[in-house]
Amino acid sequence: MHVIETKDCSFIYGIGTPFEMTAVDKVSIQVEKGEFLGVIGHTGSGKSTLIQMLNGLIRPTSGRILLEGKDIWEEPKKIRAVRFKVGMVFQYPEYQLFEETVLKDIMFGPKNMGLSDQEAEKRAREAAHFTGLREELLTKSPFDLSGGEKRRAAIAGVLAMDPSVLILDEPTAGLDPRGRDVLLSQIKQYHKSRGNTILFVSHSMEDVARIADRVLVMNGSQVEILAPTKEVFEKGSELEKIGLRVPQVTAIMQSLAESGFPVEPGTLTVDDALRQLLPILKGRGDKA
Amino acid sequence: MITDITFGQFFPGKSTVHRTDPRVKLCMTIFLIVLLFCSGNFASLAVTVASILALMLLSKVPMRLYLKSLKPILFIVLFTSALNMFYGTGTPIFELGFLTVTINGVMNAIFLSVRIMALILCSSILTFTTSPTELTDAIERLLKPLSYIKVPVHEFAMVMTIALRFIPTLLEETDKIMSAQKARGSDMESGGIVQRVKALVPILIPLFVSAFRRAFELATAMESRCYHGGKGRTKMKQLKLGGIDLAAVLLGVLALVAVIALNTLLPPSIVI
Repeated sequence: MHVIETKDCSFIYGIGTPFEMTAVDKVSIQVEKGEFLGVIGHTGSGKSTLIQMLNGLIRPTSGRILLEGKDIWEEPKKIRAVRFKVGMVFQYPEYQLFEETVLKDIMFGPKNMGLSDQEAEKRAREAAHFTGLREELLTKSPFDLSGGEKRRAAIAGVLAMDPSVLILDEPTAGLDPRGRDVLLSQIKQYHKSRGNTILFVSHSMEDVARIADRVLVMNGSQVEILAPTKEVFEKGSELEKIGLRVPQVTAIMQSLAESGFPVEPGTLTVDDALRQLLPILKGRGDKA
Repeated sequence: MITDITFGQFFPGKSTVHRTDPRVKLCMTIFLIVLLFCSGNFASLAVTVASILALMLLSKVPMRLYLKSLKPILFIVLFTSALNMFYGTGTPIFELGFLTVTINGVMNAIFLSVRIMALILCSSILTFTTSPTELTDAIERLLKPLSYIKVPVHEFAMVMTIALRFIPTLLEETDKIMSAQKARGSDMESGGIVQRVKALVPILIPLFVSAFRRAFELATAMESRCYHGGKGRTKMKQLKLGGIDLAAVLLGVLALVAVIALNTLLPPSIVI
């Protein structure tokens, strides 16, 4: 069964004012259980609005959203239960920290679920471990942490609710390259060990190519493509038409393939490219 | 959503009212409000209300938005008219125990309700059609004489501009933080008053932190662009009076004459 399914979902901002704008236009997608779905699209393509509809933060103006086969707005009073199942990490989540200590802040979500203090603390410590927050930071004030540590604390605050679907909206924005790499591999690790579903919104094609099973491409409030990662990035020219691009390494491999080298045009990572290119280079060296 | 508040919002447009000089608009708004309170009977009130309605139509802002701006004061209107109904003299309509509703009371209630609503509509015309920057420009220009007695007019205007400029930003920020906390299961819609106030803490703390952060950032940005107060500062958009402004003032005078005439010719409507 699909874990999340949207049926003709639309959302229009400011109906009836001069600022009326359709942010999401009749989107129907299906998210498979346990998959890692990348979501890309240029600014204003409707991806942020779409993901906020998935956990009931905004109600679609028309259309339905099914979570595990059940309409999430069937009982509007129970929408909070949906938000615990579909965890959402916003862009720049560090601005939501407010508690006295990092540990208390991470416990905020689990305690809202009605868990006991011990259970909430256990989960908070686990989540902190997943995001690589060091033990001694947990007793500090969240406002004393560095930028990257704050980001981890905020992400841990959502992980601690143990959602079956996790939505990450540009979790690596504004981090340095090293911090980005570490965070990405931690997310991947988390996905592997929990086996839950992850939606990963990003502007970085490299990140999406490295980590996602399938990719959803949004353009002009509608779904442009929803396909396995390789297929999506093979359509380089189509992506460029809607203001996106393919990862650098994919672009290089594509032009190499076009000029007759025996490489795969849909190569997504540098490691993969290396594996293909080394033998070719070696062969040349032998000839010379 | 929190961004649904229409009172005090600006709706861009190119109507005659939009193009009127902000100084004239500001003065005319104050003038119309004074006129509202000077209107002593239904006839003169009708003249003032008619001029306000005419301006609303001229502004080309949808009527629905004006109605929406009345929503927050609905309670005050109902409350005052309910009270006024019992405070009149003259022919009683019906009695409720020791309370008596009289014709005069009902008339007074209608008169005052119309006056309060017209008051709000009148100020809505100003804010709907004037951008915050235009408005502070107008205030700065109008208060300029005060700078001769060492009142820091420019600084006041700048503080106001910045404050107004940050209202939408902070609203947006509040919206974001609320969404983030809601996503973590914070419950703002149910529970008693104590719980609701407690639910505000996770929103207010991050909001304060970010307001201070923004203030520091803005101060740095202004300083790095060599801002040093109003001395010797020139304006890119100079305010100039034109034909529309002259027409507006003339119509205002006309309304004033009509109100004075009707006030003296007819008896006052408020009777206690």
